[in-house]
This record gives sequence, structure tokens and C-alpha cells, in this order.
Amino acid sequence: MRKVAVVGIGMTPFGELWDMSLRSLGIEAGLNAMVDAGLSSDEIDALYVGNMSSGRFLGQEHIAAMISDQAGFTRRNLPAIRVEAGEASGALAFREAFLSVAAEIHDVVIVGGAEKMTDVSDAMAQEIFAASVDQEWESFFGATVPSLYAMMARRHMLEYGTTREQMAEVPVNGHRNAAKNPNAHFRNQITVDAVIGSGPVATPLGVLDCAPVSDGASAVVLAPLEIAKRMTDRPVMIAGSGTATDSISLHHRKTLSGIPATTIASRLAYKRSGLSAKHIDIAEVHDNYSISGIMAVEDLGFVPRGQGGPAFQEGRFSADGEIPINLSGGLKAQGQPLGAIGIAQVVEVVRQLRGEGGERQVGNPEVGLTQCVGGTGGTCVVHVLKVV
Amino acid sequence: MGVARFWRDHRIRYQLIGNACPICGNRYFPPRELCPDCHRESIGKMQEMQFSGKGALYSYTVVHETPDDFSDQRPYVMGIVELEEGPRITAQIVELEGEPVIGMPVEMVFRKIREESAEGVIQYGYKFRPAGVKR
Repeated sequence: MRKVAVVGIGMTPFGELWDMSLRSLGIEAGLNAMVDAGLSSDEIDALYVGNMSSGRFLGQEHIAAMISDQAGFTRRNLPAIRVEAGEASGALAFREAFLSVAAEIHDVVIVGGAEKMTDVSDAMAQEIFAASVDQEWESFFGATVPSLYAMMARRHMLEYGTTREQMAEVPVNGHRNAAKNPNAHFRNQITVDAVIGSGPVATPLGVLDCAPVSDGASAVVLAPLEIAKRMTDRPVMIAGSGTATDSISLHHRKTLSGIPATTIASRLAYKRSGLSAKHIDIAEVHDNYSISGIMAVEDLGFVPRGQGGPAFQEGRFSADGEIPINLSGGLKAQGQPLGAIGIAQVVEVVRQLRGEGGERQVGNPEVGLTQCVGGTGGTCVVHVLKVV
Repeated sequence: MGVARFWRDHRIRYQLIGNACPICGNRYFPPRELCPDCHRESIGKMQEMQFSGKGALYSYTVVHETPDDFSDQRPYVMGIVELEEGPRITAQIVELEGEPVIGMPVEMVFRKIREESAEGVIQYGYKFRPAGVKR
């Protein structure tokens, strides 16, 4: 396997983008990544697309070919591959694109993630979003995605004494960081009291514990490291990639107070990178619910099990903490366009590793991590990225 | 949704029918085609079994934001129940007096789950209620 680098990053704003279609979102993010890489479309060998549910949000399937067409790639009849793994679709598409370059199948590839969620009603969006959990044995009986995470939160509180206040620190941190992100869905700051007092969704989770429904797209360009060094002064290498699956139903897992697929995927990514949790300078984690941020820092090995809540409360994951988490604002505040999440995480980490974070740049990080979850943990994808 | 999709699983949902692997003894609900531990050795040998419907509450939440098909039941309690035979199961917890307690004994009851629409099919299945309560 040859070494692979990210040579271009791009995204659209995330939010309720009434004037943007899936096509226009995908093209805008892709063009931004191409411009950033300084490439023209005739230098691209393949397109990968991460998208969870265009078929239900828009009635449109076959979107890899559709975006390839819009991008002009069909003039050369390039291969275009869509990847679906629930909310981890973008992250898994990124991994597939990486593998194709590492395996010398392609040289320069573009991988984009996109979701157009606001063309359906909010109730319908929630129903489609829930398709990443078990329809027959969870949803059928009335379980929603937040209700499943709420049951994880309840177990975490019981087993480790995690408090409601500690959980609330996760979205507070996300919003604080997003205030400096012009692409973020929400740029307002919130307080612990506001999170705890927000309208109940599935107890103990309230509205402000939950990431929003957003439109948006993100894209990156990958190239072999040797070529990348000629293209850019600061290529960011994909040092390690790991993915793992688990039961799609939450109730089949031995533990509810963590996501085993995250632990396994991260250990694979660490092993392949020759690095470990202690080397991570910054991370973008899957904070779809407040409890998810706490489980992520434990599953990734940043803190011992049960210490995630206190660590967030102590500010260890704030922008000025030991491991700044979700400098983009995360899913909660930057936004949650399902297929775009995983690649947006890579965009933020690369931006920080290049020192291009602008107002939200934190020092000179050298190693960053991304963690993206499908459903309640049926899939997890972790990447370790490193300055060369 | 088509009727067949729910009809084909009705025995499982009405009577809590799962199965067991004759090689390792693991029990499964819902039933599996093969045992994830014994793999091909178990194919064609899985033994159907009916679960007792007794168990303990493992976790729960009160659902306020509901899917449209469940809006008439809002708010309702969802739980994960650990059956006494081992497997865990996701279901609504009903007939509660006040907030449930993790660890409390519960038992299965047969209930209407939802109506898809005014003209739609009514779907039935299991819910759980506190056990050992005089009614």
C-alpha cells in the first residue's frame, strides 16, 4: 500500500439552504476542493460519493453518476461510486477513496459527501434519518434515534455517575467553537442551563442535546503522497484508517454505555498509523447527541471509561484544552447533513493541521483524528491524519 | 408499507418466538438463521423456542418527540428489557405508575403497536409492564 495525502478541501455552508439542491451543493463543495488543490477536472481519476438517503429525501438514486455528470466527469466516463453506511456514509466513502489510491487503482480521486434534508417536512426528515437503526425490531415499536441514545445516556449515568450538567458541556463546547465558523448551521452560544432546560425529546435528552437537520456538502481530493508533495507545500497524510461494524440494533450489544465499534475502529487506525490516543492533538468526533461526545472520548481512549463527563466539565476538550474537540462546532453546531458529516470532519482537521483555521486555529497541531458513527454504532469509521 | 412485511413476522411479535443454537446454547430474539458464534455448523439446526416474556428493565427513556404513527401515544416510555433467558429486546413500557426504575421486573403484554393511518393496517406486538403488580 502506498501512502496517501489530502491535497484539497472544500465545503458549503451547512444549514437550511432553501436555494440549494443536492446537485448544486455537491458541485459547490467539489469545486471548492478542486480549487484548493489547484487541480482541473481532467486530472481526476474517480469520484466517490457519501450519501445516506437521497432516495427517500428526494426520490433520486444513482447520484454518483448524477454528480459525475454535473461535474463534467462523464465527458471522460469516469468511475463514480456511492457509499452508504447511515450517518457514516461520508466517512466510509472517504475510506474507500483512500483505499483505491493506496492500492494503486486510482491516482487522484475526489470524494464528496452531501445530503439535502430540508426538502421534506421535519417529521419526515426524522423518519428517514431513523432508517439507520433497525426498522423491524426498534423503529416498529416506537424507538427513535434520540430515544436509543437516551437509553445509552441513562446507562452511562447509572454506571459511571455521569451527570446531566456534564452531558450539557458537549453541545456548549460545540456552539462555542461554531461561533467562529462562518459555515456553521448555528453560531449562537448556549449555556449548560439552556441545554438542561430545553424541551424534552427523549429524556434525559432535550432539543439542545440533539444535532439538527441540515443541508450541506463537503469534499476532499486525495493523491499519492509522492505526487502530493509536488502539488502542495503542506500535504496532510492519512496515517491510519479503521472501520468496524456491530449489531444494527442497540439491544443486541453487551454494553450500552459506549460504542464498541468506535473502540475497535480507533485501535485499527492507531495501529496502522503507529500512533496512539496520546499523540492526538485535535479531534472531530460524532456528537450527534450530547452523550455521544462523552462516549467518543472514552471509546477513543482519550480518557478512561467514565471520565468523559468530568473531562468535558473541566474544559479538557475545549479549544484551549488538552485535545480540542470539534473546533468546527461538530454535528451539533456546524450541522448534520448526514452524508457530508464524515468528510466535513476531515476538512476541519486538515484545515487545522495546515494552520488555516483562521479565527479558530489552535496552535500548531500535527496529528488529528476523525470519528464518525452510523446509526447507534452499527458502523464506525476512524481516521488519523498527520502533517508530513 | 405492505401488509406482508409485518404479517410474516407476526408469530415472532405476538408470541415472542426466538430460537436457540443447539451447539453453544445461546438464545436469540428475534430468531436468527445462523448462530453468530457457531456459524455454518448451526445452519439448519437452530431450534425455535418461545420466551417466557419475563425480564428486567435495562434502560428506558420517555419519548416526547415521536414519529407521526405514534403521535397519539405521546409521551410514551421506551425501554430495553433483558429477558430472563438472556437476550435484550426494545419495547414500550406501559401501565407504569410514575417513572420506571432500571432493574424493575417486567412482563410481556400483547398490545396494539400503531395504526399507519385512518385506513391503514393496525399492527400488534409486544409491550412490557411492571411484573408482580396486583391488577
